[in-house]
Amino acid sequence: MKLSEIISLTNARLVAGKNVESNDVTKAFSSDLMSDVLTLDEEHILLITGLANVQLIRTAEMADIEVVLLSRNKRASQEMIDLANEVGLVLLETPYSIFRASGILYSNGLPPVY
Amino acid sequence: MKMEFDIASGDFKKAGRASSQIKKVLKQLQVDPKIIKRIVVAIYEAEVNIVAHSFGGKLTALINGNSIEVTLTDCGPGIKDVEQAMQEGFSTASKEVRDMGFGAGMGLPNIRKNTDEMNVTSEWGVGTTVWFRNQF
Repeated sequence: MKLSEIISLTNARLVAGKNVESNDVTKAFSSDLMSDVLTLDEEHILLITGLANVQLIRTAEMADIEVVLLSRNKRASQEMIDLANEVGLVLLETPYSIFRASGILYSNGLPPVY
Repeated sequence: MKMEFDIASGDFKKAGRASSQIKKVLKQLQVDPKIIKRIVVAIYEAEVNIVAHSFGGKLTALINGNSIEVTLTDCGPGIKDVEQAMQEGFSTASKEVRDMGFGAGMGLPNIRKNTDEMNVTSEWGVGTTVWFRNQF
């Protein structure tokens, strides 16, 4: 799924990241548990989460996650935005809950990791 | 090539700096991205363990030819039962650590999953050493 489609479907705001058009995702995973995210073997995935801290960005960096969607108006701090730009991560903010964002993306054809 | 990092106890904002630096080096060495991911996930898990559970420690990474060897040593308090700590789901993490998205008892098993060889030695009251090696 194209990033522009994710942004439009979830009414999201792009807060960090460049090369938006080259960051298509093939699957998505929703979790607040970084320990779980670190066990994923998939690549080119979207992570939907309610956790907004620097560890989220580090976890995405190590797990080769290219796009993160922060749910329910969680705001990325400047530190998170700076680090996301440094490591080449696309960071999005949506007003929708994890459940709603996941449901919309799933029903529009974005498959789950599990 | 030898890389060394000090890891401070409780400093979650800096957790991941060592993994990030090592990732850059492995990318420069044009290591297969799938193997880089295995290595840096293992290092990051071990880094977070030192920040979350220990009084602080040190990470040393040795890159030689086609392998990386990582040793993490902390200044205590040590693990009472290493075998138990290696079991998925066992955790002694604080609420603070869990609130940050860690502490689910998946760290050490995930290091084992992502490394070719791994060894944990610990003495209660003294400290813990985690060692692992990956070929690339």
